[in-house]
Amino acid sequence: MKAKSKKRNQWKAWLYLLPMIILLLVFTVWPIINTVRIAFLCRWDPDVGAIVGYDYQTSMLENVHYQFGINNFINVFAAGNSFLTALGNTMLLTVLTVPISTMLALLIAVALNSIKFLKKFFQTVFFLPYVTNAIAIGMVFATMFGMIWPSPAKPPTSVGIINTIIEAFGGHYVNWIDRGSSYWANIAVLVTYIVWNALPFKILVLLGGLQNVDKQYYDAAKVDGASRWRIFWRITVPLLSPMIAYVVITGFIGGFKEYTSIVGIFGEDMGPYGAPGKLNTMVGFIYDSIPHNQGKASAAALILFAIIFIVTMINMYVSKKKVHY
Amino acid sequence: MKVVLQHLTKIFPSRNKKDAGAEVVAVNDFNLEIPDGKLIGLLGPSGCGKSTTLFMISGLQEPTAGKIYFGDDDVTKLAPENRGIGLVFQNYALYPHLTVQQNILFPLQNLKGEKRLSKEEMLARTEQVAKLVQIDEYMNRKPSELSGGQQQRVAIARALVKMPRVLLLDEPLSNLDARLRLQTREEIRRIQRDTGITTIFVTHDQEEAMSISDFIVVMKLGVIMQTGKPQWVYDDPANLFVAKFLGAPPINMFAGMVRGGKLYIGEEAVMDVDGAADQEVYVGIRPEGFILDRAGSLTCKVSGIDVMGRDISVVSTHENSLNPVVRSIISADGIKSITGDTVRFSLKQHKVFLFNKETEARVYFGEQVATHEAMIAEMAAEGQVYAAHEGPLPREADDKDKPAAAKEKKSKRFGKKRAGSQDHADSEEKR
Repeated sequence: MKAKSKKRNQWKAWLYLLPMIILLLVFTVWPIINTVRIAFLCRWDPDVGAIVGYDYQTSMLENVHYQFGINNFINVFAAGNSFLTALGNTMLLTVLTVPISTMLALLIAVALNSIKFLKKFFQTVFFLPYVTNAIAIGMVFATMFGMIWPSPAKPPTSVGIINTIIEAFGGHYVNWIDRGSSYWANIAVLVTYIVWNALPFKILVLLGGLQNVDKQYYDAAKVDGASRWRIFWRITVPLLSPMIAYVVITGFIGGFKEYTSIVGIFGEDMGPYGAPGKLNTMVGFIYDSIPHNQGKASAAALILFAIIFIVTMINMYVSKKKVHY
Repeated sequence: MKVVLQHLTKIFPSRNKKDAGAEVVAVNDFNLEIPDGKLIGLLGPSGCGKSTTLFMISGLQEPTAGKIYFGDDDVTKLAPENRGIGLVFQNYALYPHLTVQQNILFPLQNLKGEKRLSKEEMLARTEQVAKLVQIDEYMNRKPSELSGGQQQRVAIARALVKMPRVLLLDEPLSNLDARLRLQTREEIRRIQRDTGITTIFVTHDQEEAMSISDFIVVMKLGVIMQTGKPQWVYDDPANLFVAKFLGAPPINMFAGMVRGGKLYIGEEAVMDVDGAADQEVYVGIRPEGFILDRAGSLTCKVSGIDVMGRDISVVSTHENSLNPVVRSIISADGIKSITGDTVRFSLKQHKVFLFNKETEARVYFGEQVATHEAMIAEMAAEGQVYAAHEGPLPREADDKDKPAAAKEKKSKRFGKKRAGSQDHADSEEKR
């Protein structure tokens, strides 16, 4: 009797889950499987929609049907520097932005948690980037860092607010993002933008964690004579370590998927004027590949997945050792 | 280290600016001298300001007025870490991410300058304290892997490792189960004796306070109601509150009247009370103050008998009783002489306390006057100051809303756990 009713209940549960399961199967599970399939299918041709033995690279016809192999992966690396550039840019941006944004978010969260006056107001202010459109913020950043420069031979007619500030302090304007701008200037702008964009979520998570820390630990530490610095490192950080691990892991995943920030600031050319693709990322590379070679795009997507998977595993391994209780 | 509290007062400002009258006087002109090396219990119902007093001594809360001396040093303005105190929190506040050893080491690692010990000394000290509280086998465990009693001992070890001048314990036993409670309180007593550190602990459990304190301070609404050795306070309560608060089962209260040197409960003259002026009184009779006596003057209707082995508890009713039932504890032999539905008692003089109906202050009569004076003299001889409160409390008039506000405030300050235990305390109080 009991087993029977349990079975019936299971039926009901499955019934309620069904709509979601169907949607997930159609829009998530199948595409993932298909991506793997396409990635390993040799000589996929988007125009025909099937393998027809048409080699895109050599434009030679061969009668090879549905042969599986690693051809697409070879194509990814054969794409020359553009893939390595995308990989390098992605890695660099991730490695720079995750630690910076995590540290800043931690400091801001601790500061926010310790003030009383205007606390809610500042919480809202720091949360605003989260609810603002990323492309819109990118355009604002482009305006702030950009300049109007009709001719490379002459100085710019007008510079953005960042350069205006630099000049107000007696410095020389920097070509941040325009034609001929240096790679590191571009990266600096991108890092600023990405950190700015990543902060709200991290602050939110860490602040939530901080508010759950029992105040008595701080009272106890005070009685024990711990300095502020020691309280921060020996008590706050360890007690927050699960939250910190969470924002670091999600930060890495988000970092490897970086794309919109570059589009927001540099446009779809993924680079300053005159140097398209200079700041391309992995996701950008995948998007670029889709129209003319889905096999290559799928292979690149799998490579990105592998990287994220490995990095997340490393993160989990480290956090298991370092995250307390 | 002698601890002296002078005119200590803590007022929590009203949260609502418009309603300035809603401020809460948590501790009101508190004067106390704690002799060196004694174990003191601060006892009172929740919201009486005992924890606030403790936190002011610790330095975690700043007094609104008054002074705190450790020995001859005025520590009122000192930060907690400079006072030389050890504090054990109600829920221990052990750092969950550190091992037992690291927890105990933590205060030592914070020492700077001359006080800083070498690593070996630190470890040796830790080992020594861990041995004292008998947790040296668990040095490498995390707090979550310990039982409540073991955690408690780690917390005490952490408080002791800096060799504090004063050890403060906030409701140290309230998170333990009944068996551990008994064991741990003996343990606290032993550790205090071994170290000789002046120790102040806060509790709402009168049994706990009575059993281990050298002397207790009974508080209500931020005011000291009475100080003294536990047995003395029990035997010689200074006012109605203390009489009602101490004792389990609680004291039996009757409405009575003194007329011409005789005490009347209802129309019955139950006892001679020489030296007491004519007045309306509350009569408090300890459960053990009744003697089964066919010729006794107090007649009660029996409603039941609880057998407790050695003793029996006669549950009866009386029309002038202020409690729902009159509970008397008599020797089990007496059970045979209870026949019929009424029982007559005569009373033991020294177990009957009279309190003026208006002021609720004690009315001494007969031999009680001499006993009381002898007690004060004996306390003075031991360097303790007898203090007792007489007359109505300043805050009693608006009793209804203010303690509630105080509680709210406290639970906000100390987080969930504390709020929970306070609820528990409340329900206990109602019983």
